[in-house]
Amino acid sequence: MTDNSKSNLMHIGVLVVLFALFFILPVYHAGNMSRIMVLAVYAMGFNLLFGYTGLLSLGHAMFFAAGMYGFGLTTNLGGLPVPLAFGFGVICAGVLALVVGFLALRTIGVAFMIVTLMFAQTAYLVVLYFGTYTRGDEGFVIQQAQRSIAGIDLTSETGRYFTALLIFGICFLLIARLVQTPFGKTLVAIRENEERTRMLGYDSHRHKLKILVISGLFSGVAGATYALLFGYVGATFATVQYSIFPLVWVLLGGAGTTIGPLIGVFFMFYLINISSGFTDAYMLVVGVVLVLLTLFAPHGLAGLLRKKVLTWLP
Amino acid sequence: MAAVNILETRGLSKSFGGVHANSDVDFELARGKVTALIGPNGAGKSTFVGMVSGRIEATRGQVLFEGADISHLPAHKRIQLGLAYTFQITSIFAGLSVEENVALAARRLLAGQPEALVKRVTSVLARVGLSDRAVQIAGDLSYGHQRILEIAMGLAQEPKIFILDEPTQGLAESEVDDFITLVRALAGETTILLIEHNMRVVMETADMIAVLDQGRMLAEGTPDDIRANADVQAAYLGTSTDA
Repeated sequence: MTDNSKSNLMHIGVLVVLFALFFILPVYHAGNMSRIMVLAVYAMGFNLLFGYTGLLSLGHAMFFAAGMYGFGLTTNLGGLPVPLAFGFGVICAGVLALVVGFLALRTIGVAFMIVTLMFAQTAYLVVLYFGTYTRGDEGFVIQQAQRSIAGIDLTSETGRYFTALLIFGICFLLIARLVQTPFGKTLVAIRENEERTRMLGYDSHRHKLKILVISGLFSGVAGATYALLFGYVGATFATVQYSIFPLVWVLLGGAGTTIGPLIGVFFMFYLINISSGFTDAYMLVVGVVLVLLTLFAPHGLAGLLRKKVLTWLP
Repeated sequence: MAAVNILETRGLSKSFGGVHANSDVDFELARGKVTALIGPNGAGKSTFVGMVSGRIEATRGQVLFEGADISHLPAHKRIQLGLAYTFQITSIFAGLSVEENVALAARRLLAGQPEALVKRVTSVLARVGLSDRAVQIAGDLSYGHQRILEIAMGLAQEPKIFILDEPTQGLAESEVDDFITLVRALAGETTILLIEHNMRVVMETADMIAVLDQGRMLAEGTPDDIRANADVQAAYLGTSTDA
């Protein structure tokens, strides 16, 4: 079997397992999995930029929030039908990424991190500034009546799980394909040695801008889906914490692997979930585990797998 | 008929603050020939090819490629026109496999043709003798093999002009022999601009030699002309011991 067909099989396999899990897991855990899949879309978007292209943004929450508010505000205040509002949210995130990318990509390294952080901070303050519409920190709820598509109730556990799975599946397969294209391979080349890539005749700046927009679009999809499935839009999702989360997820799961983000979100979610059942100082447990993982698996869980057994892991 | 010169520079100059790395360099690169650019350390050779390839912005002057002024094109556009550049300090994709390194070089031209790409990669690796190391991680190669991989990445682009910045630096004598054979085989296929310190390589491969000294073009001519040139002897061959 070629590496390519192994990789295809792996991706399909993951989706089949996620499909089956709904029927196996207790309701509570199925609910968790819905959330994990949506957040994994966010992590996958971030991973395209950080894991594949080597650009560390500390402001991705603004793209997640753009998707979330773009969807939430137009459906709540504008009364737009769900699919249109959803599309609008995603486009908001893409346009924001284009503008931010145009300016931020003039910088590299630490400066890029700081510039993206500043833009995200601005986005957060904009949300608070327009509190009349966004209700600021308190946020707003999207009514149950608005959370259905084609008669499917997205507030039911079943509707929620399979919508999350559908959106996760589409993004997962799209990204798996994307990283195998010449464009995807050039991104890895930029990560490895940008100067060399440029001197092979590739326009590295254009590649970086493109992938930042694509990364922003995926983050926007995640934000809009989150609002759609869980019915809440709030400024918390625009805070710096939500910019750091995808970084931690991706580092844990394995940067530059297609499966890593899902593993990272799953691992982190349950790490917090389980440890908080034992102690109030659960962040301490999380911290220790993170330190250990960084020490012993610096390339994340999927990175470790790739190094030890599954060398073909995309 | 195609012009005799594939590349020309006119008054090309570069100053770093008060230091004049290159001053008014007029240079002509003959199509299909191997031209060696030599000169003592610090003569401005790397700065010169840096300006030709677009890595370094010129302070003044023009670069003409096939008659067209490319002075204001960014590096990647010049590469797209058919220039290939190998780095003086090995610059490969250390984390990727040898074949992916070469594939990246070729893929810009063969993006939509996976079969042609595989064929090109295979033939280039065979040509430089790296076939049995194709799946190795490039960073794990020995220094000499990494230098050869640099050259392979240039070849994979099938360039019109192939700029080699001190390609034999740090190679073993036997590897230098292989390199000389390779450059000779390439002569006629493409135009080569070779920056080289190793005089044996220069004398055995070059059709033409250009000598830079203190940022100025001191002499240009055939190897015999250069050997006989009194200025060159004074500036370089006669007095310098680092050749």
